[in-house]
Amino acid sequence: MSLKTSLTLALAGLMMTSAAALAQPTEIKIGVAFEPPALDPTAGAAEAIDVVVYQNVFEGLVRIDKDGAVQPGLAESWTVSDDGLNYSFKLHDGVTFHDGSAFDAEDVKFTFDRILAEDSVNAQKALYAPIASVEVVDPLTVDITLSRPDGLFLFNIGRGDAVIVAPESADNNATDPIGTGPFAFVQWDRGSRVILEQYGPYWGDKPALTRASFVFIGDTGAMTNALLAGDIDGTNNFAAEALPVFEGNPQFKVLVGLTEGETILATNNRKAPFDNLLVRQAMAHALDREEIIEGATYGYGAPIGTHFAPQNPDYLDLTGTYPHDVEKAKALLAEAGYPDGFSATLKLPPVAYARLSGQIIASQFAEVGIKLELVNAEFAQWLEDVFANKDFDLTIISHVEPFDIGIYANPDYYFGYDNPEFQALNETLTATTDAAERTKLVQQMQTIIAEDAVNGYLFELAQTGVWNAKLEGMWPNSPVEGVVLRDIHWTE
Amino acid sequence: MLAFLLRRFAGFVLMLLASAAVIFLLLDLLPGDPARFILGINASPDAVAALRLQMGLDAPALERFLQWLGGMLGGDFGMSVTQRLPVAQLIVERLAVTLPLTILAMLISMIVGLPLGILAARRRGKPADTALMVLAQTGVAVPNFWFGMLLTLVFAVTLRWLPTGGFVPWHEDWIGSLRSLVLPSLALALPQASILARVMRTALVDVMGQDFIRTARAKGMTMDEAIWRHGVRNALLPVLTILGLQFAYLVAGTIIVENVFFLPGLGRLIFNAVTERDLILVRGATMVLVVVVTATMLITDLTYAWVDPRLRVRA
Repeated sequence: MSLKTSLTLALAGLMMTSAAALAQPTEIKIGVAFEPPALDPTAGAAEAIDVVVYQNVFEGLVRIDKDGAVQPGLAESWTVSDDGLNYSFKLHDGVTFHDGSAFDAEDVKFTFDRILAEDSVNAQKALYAPIASVEVVDPLTVDITLSRPDGLFLFNIGRGDAVIVAPESADNNATDPIGTGPFAFVQWDRGSRVILEQYGPYWGDKPALTRASFVFIGDTGAMTNALLAGDIDGTNNFAAEALPVFEGNPQFKVLVGLTEGETILATNNRKAPFDNLLVRQAMAHALDREEIIEGATYGYGAPIGTHFAPQNPDYLDLTGTYPHDVEKAKALLAEAGYPDGFSATLKLPPVAYARLSGQIIASQFAEVGIKLELVNAEFAQWLEDVFANKDFDLTIISHVEPFDIGIYANPDYYFGYDNPEFQALNETLTATTDAAERTKLVQQMQTIIAEDAVNGYLFELAQTGVWNAKLEGMWPNSPVEGVVLRDIHWTE
Repeated sequence: MLAFLLRRFAGFVLMLLASAAVIFLLLDLLPGDPARFILGINASPDAVAALRLQMGLDAPALERFLQWLGGMLGGDFGMSVTQRLPVAQLIVERLAVTLPLTILAMLISMIVGLPLGILAARRRGKPADTALMVLAQTGVAVPNFWFGMLLTLVFAVTLRWLPTGGFVPWHEDWIGSLRSLVLPSLALALPQASILARVMRTALVDVMGQDFIRTARAKGMTMDEAIWRHGVRNALLPVLTILGLQFAYLVAGTIIVENVFFLPGLGRLIFNAVTERDLILVRGATMVLVVVVTATMLITDLTYAWVDPRLRVRA
């Protein structure tokens, strides 16, 4: 081969690869059903906020990976004292915020002081209550001291609620978010979309995508059309009833996974007749989970028998504790003093899974003599009635916070479960950092609430994403709320 | 004429004041706490209390009402509690979509509806008339959002001539903005055009039976001349009424079409604000709608007086 030929070939090869590289798109448009009210994840509970910004625009000291495990984030490493009270974080060098200012230990201290302040409006403030002090040792070292050991501390600081913000920009993050993440905020056309762009000076590995738009499409039919027409490249969690359109279509892939949402028939344990264990057991026997999952989630939900995510390694399958058994339910009701059943109301928030489950449960309960009156409420009103005033008999809601079994230790929580034994176990659990010990404790707790039939345990809410078949790197499950862009890329 | 104008204007102002009071009161009675909505089901009570304080929700109702009213007179509609931006800015952003959409839909419905109405009246009782009226009846019966979905399926999903929805801001690419308004304005215009055609036809048929038309014809005008010179102008009154109502309806009532085409219009803004209990935003936006609707009625009244001199005296 002459020099000239090989040069030509090499050149041609070069051109072909660059042409291929050019052909490979680096932009993505993602449809999401809800528009965030603001873009500051440290001042609101709306999942829609995290969907756009978590790990994209903002990062925490640590980050949660696709399996729910804690990975280094802005802190490259950390050490924990033997008593589990002192955490020393070594921060990454050369990190900058999107406005160009440098990130250092002062920003970490500012972030946590802001969460814990008297006038803090952090939605998960309680999770960070164990933090006693945050000290800047040097610009790249931070010591956090806890008042009591907390087994979930690292996970909690990896959540969207504890992303690191800068004192100069924190107040404007609601409308002009400035973080340290691989993507910088570009613009928000309110009512239509948020645009992010790759942040050039990002300290970590560069993501494959250069630009991402989150397009807000509330209507299922409109989202279907936008996907079919190629106006959007995917959506992270689509209505289950629309999935058949895409399942047989080679241009799309449907990713079925699970969220952290335990969907429960929440029961007001303070109120008669629900304060009676026999009644709650009867209700548990009256439930036919399979039928509910089929009817309310088109078969995509996963059955649960307690308040714990089935994809978690510590999950205990307790779905057999009170199997579907109409006769048993009737007998238990008679034993409890309600041979003819009773009447109650079931308050339903405006989400499809709740409204559909409600109708199915009403007919299942009717078989054992419990007459349910379904009351549909708007979300703000439902929150006021159920959470603030505890004015309800039964309701259906998905608890989407990860590892939230601890809510059963709070007797003032809306379902009003007051069990000192459980509360003591929970205290031991939070103070335990040993993994094997934690597993044992958490399984014990799962069993107690399952046997006490505190609430009706229905299903784990599925995450059903629809994506262009050429896209890779999306998370099938959502161990934390968010659509993490860092691994998403186009393939040929 | 001046007395007429003054009386109409005083009515306009009174109407606005009454609306402001009703809007404020009704929304104050709405159950649901915006702070709790923002912070969700795991929020600690002290965080909710802190946010309530920050949002100024703890002041007495009368004080908040007067503050709101006073602010609006000075052009200050307050700050949205969920979006942390001035309400006025949020509304203006949405009007940049809703107003062009409304105007486009009105233009299309007039261009289509009025000539068809005139044609039907001209051919009254003939097959063309029957066919047109059957079509108009169908147009009224078809819900605009369903028609919108149909348009999307054909022109966006199958032919891919136009986007399925969304909106490109005007300053970025105004041709793109116009393209995103084509299908929604067609969807909105169909029922309106059908109504206009029917009203135009009825009004014109009515007028054509009057003595002055016979006189005009007796003077030697052809039928078409009589229709154009005397008929249409006299038939315009009921058409104007409908146009005024349609404009008001389109500005306030496009929410379903906005949803189908995921357009950032005023309807969706208000709907979301109600869900999130962003009361100050709901109040401001509703007030703007009240102003638009009452102003449209005022303008319609004034246009009557211009079209029909008799009304100036009688009123």
